[in-house]
Amino acid sequence: METVITSYLDKKFDELQKKDNDNKFAALRAKEFGRFQKAGIPGYKNEEWKYTFINNLFKKEYKLDTIDADRAALQKELTAMKLPGSENANELVFVDGHYAPELSSLLLDNGQLNISSLSAAANNEYKTLVEENLNQSSKYITDGLLALNSSFIEEGIFILVKKNQVIDKPIYIYHLNNAVENNLLAQPRSLIIVEESAKVQIVEHYHTIGQMDSLANEVMEIVVKENAIVEYYKIQQDSPNASQVGTTHIRQVGKSFVHTVTISLNGGIIRNNINIIMEEAGNEAHMYGLYLIKENTHVDNHTLVDNTKPNCFSNEFYKGIIDGHATGVFSGKIYVRPDAQKTNAYQSNKNILLSDTATVNTKPQLEIYADDVKCSHGCTVGQLDPEALFYLRTRGIGLQDAQAMLLQAFSSDILEQIKIEPLRKYVDTIVTGRLLPQEPAMAL
Amino acid sequence: MAEELKMLEETVSKEYEYGFVTNIETDVINKGINEDVIHLISSKKNEPEWMLEWRLKAYYQWLKMEEPTWPNVTYPKINYQDIIYYAAPKKKPKLGSLDEVDPELLKTFDKLGISLSEQKRLSGVAVDVVMDSVSVATSFKEQLAEVGIIFCSISEAIQKHPDLVRKHIGSVVPMNDNYFSALNSAVFTDGSFCYIPKGVRCPMELSTYFRINQENSGQFERTLIIAEEGAYVSYLEGCTAPKRDANQLHAAVVELKAMAKAEIKYSTVQNWYPGDENGKGGIYNFVTKRGICMGDFSKISWTQVETGAAITWKYPSVILKGDNTIGEFYSVALTNNYQQADTGTKMIHLGKNTKSRIVSKGISAGKSQNSYRGLVRAAKGALNARNYSQCDSLLLGDKCGAHTFPYIESKNKTAIIEHEATTSKIGEDQLFYCQQRGIDAETAVALIVTGFAKEVMNQLPMEFAVEAQKLLAVSLEGSVG
Repeated sequence: METVITSYLDKKFDELQKKDNDNKFAALRAKEFGRFQKAGIPGYKNEEWKYTFINNLFKKEYKLDTIDADRAALQKELTAMKLPGSENANELVFVDGHYAPELSSLLLDNGQLNISSLSAAANNEYKTLVEENLNQSSKYITDGLLALNSSFIEEGIFILVKKNQVIDKPIYIYHLNNAVENNLLAQPRSLIIVEESAKVQIVEHYHTIGQMDSLANEVMEIVVKENAIVEYYKIQQDSPNASQVGTTHIRQVGKSFVHTVTISLNGGIIRNNINIIMEEAGNEAHMYGLYLIKENTHVDNHTLVDNTKPNCFSNEFYKGIIDGHATGVFSGKIYVRPDAQKTNAYQSNKNILLSDTATVNTKPQLEIYADDVKCSHGCTVGQLDPEALFYLRTRGIGLQDAQAMLLQAFSSDILEQIKIEPLRKYVDTIVTGRLLPQEPAMAL
Repeated sequence: MAEELKMLEETVSKEYEYGFVTNIETDVINKGINEDVIHLISSKKNEPEWMLEWRLKAYYQWLKMEEPTWPNVTYPKINYQDIIYYAAPKKKPKLGSLDEVDPELLKTFDKLGISLSEQKRLSGVAVDVVMDSVSVATSFKEQLAEVGIIFCSISEAIQKHPDLVRKHIGSVVPMNDNYFSALNSAVFTDGSFCYIPKGVRCPMELSTYFRINQENSGQFERTLIIAEEGAYVSYLEGCTAPKRDANQLHAAVVELKAMAKAEIKYSTVQNWYPGDENGKGGIYNFVTKRGICMGDFSKISWTQVETGAAITWKYPSVILKGDNTIGEFYSVALTNNYQQADTGTKMIHLGKNTKSRIVSKGISAGKSQNSYRGLVRAAKGALNARNYSQCDSLLLGDKCGAHTFPYIESKNKTAIIEHEATTSKIGEDQLFYCQQRGIDAETAVALIVTGFAKEVMNQLPMEFAVEAQKLLAVSLEGSVG
């Protein structure tokens, strides 16, 4: 058996540290690299990675630095990957995991929103904000991958949504990864702070160029303050050679509202860590996810809701349709600490298997240390209801169309949670196209 | 109601009821585990060569293994060299009937409420009694032998039916299955053996009673039940131990094998000493229980009422190998004070049209932690596999914890698996309703808990349902208010 190769990372790390030794992040990187070396790449014996053999991805070398690719070509690829509604959005671009301000475009002025590279923010008036909030996720995720990202923090994005600002133009973050010549390890990093009574919508989208393998090891940390509203969308529609480990660590430090939707449609091995930490009483969070996957795609949705204070509400709803040789994994944890009385937390995961070679592994968990709570979880694995199919067929709808209708209805629960209309339509079209039989369906 | 009230009053000042020590002469070997100890155990039991080899093989595997750390329980590291691996009541010449049993021993079991002679006459339950890991008495043997059932201690089975034992031992729980099963395979000293021949329906409930008496000793018993084609057996085990400040280890292995159309019903009422209210002492109950539905149309059903032990760590499992087989798991786990329980089941669906049902009720009180951990797996060939799991947790008090860790793995598109779990506390309105009708808080809680656990209690054999119900109420003692 091939073993995990990480030794080349040592050299890369030394190079980076030498390059800018006086950088604000040098100390943090050194600490995190130590952690990475200690923890290593998680194997299947790590309970958090039981169903996703991420170490298989580390049996080859990756290139970490960005290549000076042809800007025009990049621009072309970028235009191709743009999501509908782009013209009306603030666009930020990562190329190979590095923030590319020259490709990004902002529609808003600094009074509402401050967007800069992380290293710039660490040196200007936002210094303390960065220091206080960067890398808080390491308290929760102790595996080597998060540490690996932190070991290579260089530029990254810093977004500050200022107090009382309602940002009506969503922020689209594009990840463009160049795997034409080399296997690529992209490690985007971002820190987003949403101040009191502000509102923001964030969308992330991924695109890999080339036939070599890419692995995006992304970390995004979002801090949500009192009365703020954050909507977060993640659309994963990349090529089969593109794998991803994405951590979105959301801290609700004031009584606030968070809404996340993760749509996984295509890719290699995809792992989505979404952590919501309720650090103040009265928080509310909704998490939705749809994984519609086929071929060899592996999607692992790994969520944590940590209730540390009383009166919080969380609702989690993930659905999966799994075809081909694909694997769907759901692992959700609701953690209720002794102080978090009156917590209401719900968790639901429903899966439909469409082929004999598809696999689903689900692990919804409750860990509860307070008594006055209402927590429940449920999960199902199965197929389409034969009675519903029969009902449709007795009304003259063909089997394939009937199946497509039911699957569409199954996924619509999640799709309707996308509150950016052009985006919802876009995803809906892809999903419908995937579900409907090849011939045009009869008019419904 | 009146009876329950009386019982509650009786137990107000009572702690662990079975915490007495019996002054019985015991044959004890030195502490510690090594090759010599295994040779000694084997020779003391006059075992054939193959059994010794099997033990030694298990011992070497155990040496290479590491103690698991994944359960949601915490305890100081166990010193395996500080345990006595063999303690037996001094052997008298072979006994013909119960009347010849050491009177001290009979008194012990009278105190436990299982007077052997009485049970023999009244309830018609055949009992095998295991004290400090050695089987001391088996009742009703002759009657069972008439229909061809073998029910005896496993040591006796090794002597008298070596072929059967050799064929089946370790076939469901391999010796290297886990750390504690390897340890058990190396040093097990006794246990029950039960063989139901083809087509025989066991005419009575079979029962084993386990008791740890000797200080510092560990109990390592092994139970093997084989139901041949079309056979039926209902089996019950109960456990108690004296009160001691030090923790004691109980690492048992239970193997069930059901051939075509056979049915095994295995019930446990576990009431090991749970430690005192400060969490001192108590039994570590680390048990591997597994059944396999070998033949088509067979059924294995586990029912457990877990109220004792400082730490419980067990997952009675069913491997549904034959087609159209059924696995069931009904559990009530109650933890109080500083008890910790990490328990659940595994249902492995391999055959076609296999069904399983899991009903788990966890009740946590005091400062205890109660976890359900269960696996449901539908393999590729498990066409039309069906599972339904329900896990409910009830929290009594704000310092305890209730956790649910289900694992669901499906590789089959025709399989339907459902899991649901809830966690809540006793409803204020339910309590109010009872109190309004003159039922005091404590009784009301007992009443509600009884109702909560009823679905599982109904699965217990009649004779033990009452006992288990009382046990629940007693274990809850002092947790309200």
